[in-house]
Amino acid sequence: MDLSGFAADVGNASAGPVTIAGTSSRGGAVDGVRAVVAPEGIEWIQADEMTVSCGAATKVVDLDAALGEVGQRIALPLSGTVGGALAVGHSDVRRLGYGPVRDVLLQANYVSAAGDVVKAGGPTVKNVSGFDLCRLLVGSAGTLGFLGAVILRTRPLPQVSQWFSTATDPWATFAVLYRPVSVLWDGTTTWALLEGHADDVREQAVLASLTEAEGPPPLPTTGRWSLPPAGLTALAATTGFVAEIGVGVVHHTQPAPQRSLSAPLVALHQRLKTEFDPFGRLNPGVDLLDG
Amino acid sequence: MTTLLDDLRLAVTPARVRDHQSELNLYRRDASNFDGNTSVVCFPTTTDEVQAVVRACVAHRSPYVARGSGTGLAGGATPLDGAVVVSLAKMNRVLSVDAAARQAWVEPGVLNLDLSRHVAHLGLHFAPDPSSQQSCTIGGNVANNSGGPHCLADGVTAAHIVALEVVLPEGDIVMIGGEDPEPMGLDLRGAFVGSEGMFGIATKICVRLTQNAPAVRTMLLDFTTVESGAETVSAIIADGMVPAALEMMDALCTRAVEEYIHAGLPMDAAAILLAEVAGLSHGLEDEVARIIAIGTAHGARTVRVAQDEAERALLWKGRKTAFGAIARIKPNYYLHDTVVPRRKLPEVLNQVYEIAQRHDLLVMNVFHAGDGNLHPLLVFDKREPGVMARVHAAGEEIVRVSVAAGGVLSGEHGIGLEKRDYMPLMFDPADLAAQASMRSAFDPTGLANPAKVLPSPAGCGDVHNVPEGAWI
Repeated sequence: MDLSGFAADVGNASAGPVTIAGTSSRGGAVDGVRAVVAPEGIEWIQADEMTVSCGAATKVVDLDAALGEVGQRIALPLSGTVGGALAVGHSDVRRLGYGPVRDVLLQANYVSAAGDVVKAGGPTVKNVSGFDLCRLLVGSAGTLGFLGAVILRTRPLPQVSQWFSTATDPWATFAVLYRPVSVLWDGTTTWALLEGHADDVREQAVLASLTEAEGPPPLPTTGRWSLPPAGLTALAATTGFVAEIGVGVVHHTQPAPQRSLSAPLVALHQRLKTEFDPFGRLNPGVDLLDG
Repeated sequence: MTTLLDDLRLAVTPARVRDHQSELNLYRRDASNFDGNTSVVCFPTTTDEVQAVVRACVAHRSPYVARGSGTGLAGGATPLDGAVVVSLAKMNRVLSVDAAARQAWVEPGVLNLDLSRHVAHLGLHFAPDPSSQQSCTIGGNVANNSGGPHCLADGVTAAHIVALEVVLPEGDIVMIGGEDPEPMGLDLRGAFVGSEGMFGIATKICVRLTQNAPAVRTMLLDFTTVESGAETVSAIIADGMVPAALEMMDALCTRAVEEYIHAGLPMDAAAILLAEVAGLSHGLEDEVARIIAIGTAHGARTVRVAQDEAERALLWKGRKTAFGAIARIKPNYYLHDTVVPRRKLPEVLNQVYEIAQRHDLLVMNVFHAGDGNLHPLLVFDKREPGVMARVHAAGEEIVRVSVAAGGVLSGEHGIGLEKRDYMPLMFDPADLAAQASMRSAFDPTGLANPAKVLPSPAGCGDVHNVPEGAWI
């Protein structure tokens, strides 16, 4: 995908501060700063590689629909743009089975603060050629570079995908199921998403005493907490949450507790930002270490 | 003014600082046989000792190289210019296992297979399974982002590391990543995994443990052409399956293995495909049937489904001892590691055969077909005059055709010294500058395993020959 136009839009240091806009489903561009938009559209789908190449402004739902036609899907939250999903890096409730968002990205072509098109990673599903810059870009909120085009790993569509619920203890449910895609818990009810062969899903449901459910519960959106999965037991006497068992993401009606990093890690973040964006022109004001 | 040796003896204990030449010789290379040299080897046993060693090296401006078992194949742990070798071999305890959360904290010197054995009674294992898993360390797996046959379905090391205690190159002890799923800030954990000892030294590692599959089926398909075997691999993936493993061996390799282990492998096959599926019973039987149907449609002569665990173990023994078997043919081999898109496997394999023939070398292929990870093995006798020049020339051509086919330089062995000067084949100067920025931010001192992975700026755009001595 030709990114020269996008790179020209971003410009070099003399072009001043710049932000990147998608569909504003995850907070959107920085207010009051000149905004650019990444290319949109699917370049190719290679079903026998389980890979896809697309512009960063491609809508995740459009990508998922196109992959569905070849029996595949993408393990990204089904909202906003591909670039936004990667830049924010938050998985949806299927992380237990599908893995984190960061593992979806194989290659990124981004525009640097200097206005250069830079490639990170490579097009194959397995690759250890050089340092893993892709991992650094996922979740970097556009502070190191603006994603232009990406190559992503896809997944096969399962034969059956079904939500269930039970009043059983979530850890007992988690322990008995084989690789569930999701196990959720609100302190009272446990939900599980099972995928695979219809007969296996049915047998697993019987094994764990699950009954079919319409879908996952509504998720509180005020706070997105990140807790060690072993620490979720501490939520037992509380309410107002839906916790991802085995993962540790908690969707909460209360804001997430404040966090901070040690001084050497703050310094390492500052060195990385200085190396990649010495004049602080990319998404100015976005601070990954704010709370 | 104290010497480096004085400070290292203070940092650990005099008994764990070794500088006798006979011992130093053991540490001048890893399994790649890129020869280097070290002035001193030290064996810290705690994080604080690692920190003290790093601080001593920084104070004396001495380069240092962290080392596990030294099984790396790309020269990543080869010390250059007398660098201090920091062996993590004595930090080999499993610190804690949380069976409910499926996480464990280990020290970097724990052996890969020992960890899986340690948690086997819980129905869990550590998924990355390099062929060297009996002797390689978890710390080494982290440094190289190691793979293995079963990484096809479960992902390579990066997908199984959640947190690391690291001594940064300036000597600070930090925790990167976390037991929680979304640690604050950038994914430093992801950046650190695969950084080949150049971003710091991991002293504690939190790994994700994987549920053992309730059932496994292993089958062996044999083909009269390499192409039909490779096309079967692509067709299996395109049919929506991600088997637990998909491994291929070509004719020469199959014959060598069969003569070595007598597993009943077809001696006249052009290629054999080892396919393993794992999971719940109904899905498993469905996948076995689909793989047999796809293989048969692509001309598989026979399909052998392992009937019990003993037969399964025998089939895997064939795959995992392939390199031992090869020693019966010629005394020396050079193992390559590139990745190509799966659908390019037949085309690139044909090019590999052509390259070997043109350089008058024997080549065998035993590889992770499911993820397109080729391991062409050039087999030779280094006593033969002029053979090394042909081995290097053929190796460079193999790397070039892999990258030209849309592939990458390395799938699991890493860059190290071996492929450092090939990096410009895959990356432009701006791409390499971004990687150099990562290195500068993590290691402002430049003393953590210098001169690996990144080509020197003067070399950008050029491809140099692999240094002399690059053979096994």
